[in-house]
Amino acid sequence: MGIGIRIEDLHKVYTSPPPSAARGAGFSFVSQRSPGTKEKKKKFEVVALGGISLEIRAGEVFGLLGPNGAGKSTTIGILTTRTQPTKGRAFIGEYDVWKQQVLAKRLIGVVPQRPNLDFALTAREILLFHGAYFGQGARERERRAQELLEKFQLTDRADHMVRTFSGGMMQRLSIARAMAHDPEVLFLDEPSAGLDPQTRLLLWDIIRDYHRLGKTIVITTHYMDEADSLCERLAIIDHGRIIAQGTPRELKSSIPGGYLLRLRFDRAPEELLAEFRKLPGVSEVRTADHVAADVYADRGGPLIGPIVTTAQAAGVELHDVHISEPSLETLFLHHTGRSLRN
Amino acid sequence: MNWRTFYALLARDGHVARRNLLPMLLQNLLQPLLLTFVFGRILTTSGMMKGEFKNVLLPGVMAISMVLSGVQAVAMPLITEFQFTREIEDRLLAPIENGWLAVEKIVAGMIQALVAGLVVIPAAWLTMGSGVNISFRNPLEFAAVCLLVALLSSAGGLALGCSVGQTQIGLMFSLILAPMMMFGCAYYPWSALASFRVLQWAVLVNPLVYASEGLRGALAPQVPHIALWIVLSALAVLDAALLVLGLKKFQKKAVS
Repeated sequence: MGIGIRIEDLHKVYTSPPPSAARGAGFSFVSQRSPGTKEKKKKFEVVALGGISLEIRAGEVFGLLGPNGAGKSTTIGILTTRTQPTKGRAFIGEYDVWKQQVLAKRLIGVVPQRPNLDFALTAREILLFHGAYFGQGARERERRAQELLEKFQLTDRADHMVRTFSGGMMQRLSIARAMAHDPEVLFLDEPSAGLDPQTRLLLWDIIRDYHRLGKTIVITTHYMDEADSLCERLAIIDHGRIIAQGTPRELKSSIPGGYLLRLRFDRAPEELLAEFRKLPGVSEVRTADHVAADVYADRGGPLIGPIVTTAQAAGVELHDVHISEPSLETLFLHHTGRSLRN
Repeated sequence: MNWRTFYALLARDGHVARRNLLPMLLQNLLQPLLLTFVFGRILTTSGMMKGEFKNVLLPGVMAISMVLSGVQAVAMPLITEFQFTREIEDRLLAPIENGWLAVEKIVAGMIQALVAGLVVIPAAWLTMGSGVNISFRNPLEFAAVCLLVALLSSAGGLALGCSVGQTQIGLMFSLILAPMMMFGCAYYPWSALASFRVLQWAVLVNPLVYASEGLRGALAPQVPHIALWIVLSALAVLDAALLVLGLKKFQKKAVS
């Protein structure tokens, strides 16, 4: 069957700290405002999403890529009924996520950014009760739980309380739980954060397998390689807005030149940058501070010689060179002027 | 409304409660039983208190046990589950309206409060020894009071659990629950406050007063107590108010 997702002009403004952030002390029913102060306390307001529209097709692996705080988790929160949008609508299949929550919840499985496993239960019980919440019969949920425990290599710890689990095991169990009721749409919020490389590859295999069953998968990540190798289409989010979307290949080919040479000089006067623009294969040269320059070009290494020669001719000293091959990292840098990891 | 999911949520809470049965019983029963032993056995046997005091004390101790265990059964897990780990999230994602999860918590809390209350009767009776004179001649009245007190405690637990942070649990006990127990007419009938007029009226805001007096009226009608109709109406009003407040706070806390 396959279920698609549609997001229309989604806005989210937090007026109180979002739940993941540390909450302050104090009974919430006690007013903390001191009476008599005329000056109103500055209202807490964080714009997490500034109008996002998006269409995720049925049966595709879609990636939301962006740095921390870009609005990825808020988008997932709204799509999974956990966050109320300030404006705009989101649909899972034909169901409005906010207005038809129960119907939407039936279709989705969610792997949160931080494991939120039920600490009062064992691993097996978590899967069994999860199945029961979704109305599976006793035999079905037992079979499913056993299957998932094996698949995620958790059988030897299946009957231990999850509070004794390592981070990686919790993450695996979170994913198993999200799949336990066989949802049509699977959301994974930063699934490989904190996983060792081996588990990460296991995770990728599992995601690909699940995708082969015709399921729609939405992943948020700030790992370029993950987005590149798993996702069929991507949206790059920054400051609550989509700055680019398409297939990884389309996105990469949209970067002028493809290669990025990040150069640092003792100084980079405008005349020097103008000279660089004349070099063969160079499509764009940018600078923010007249010390560093970003050169977008259709080649990498072969340009170093001419760049050094040009710099020497202008009496400028080259301090550092870094060549990036065409990648989503370069793309992000191109659109935002910032690296993904900052 | 999705009964299968509701039942599964209830089964989960039942499973966890059974797993923690012994610590839970100790937590809810030890204190009332110690109180019963000191006030109901030592002080009465030594003649420092009249034997009749046993009949004043038993319904009061039962009220305290019910209220404390209901509040704790609902509030404590909620406080933890809404903290950083957001453990409750998997149940908020279950295919049922969020409000029903709160209702399920209340039902589970009521069951625990009723069990605690019913266990206290024989336990306290045994602890106090001879001279206890309680009656079950009004089973309907007793059942009605028990149910309303159970709902009071778990709805109160919901409201508290959604208002208090993990760091203020100690404060919740010393600021809310301890004064509630002392001024809840559990150790003395409300009429005994007659010489403290202001206090006598002030304690009427304390829900435990109606729980103690209601159970006293049902179990030991020979002891002076507030009239049944007043107790039932007050409990009904408090139940409704705490229920609305608790559900509202839960809904607010459930989504960001």
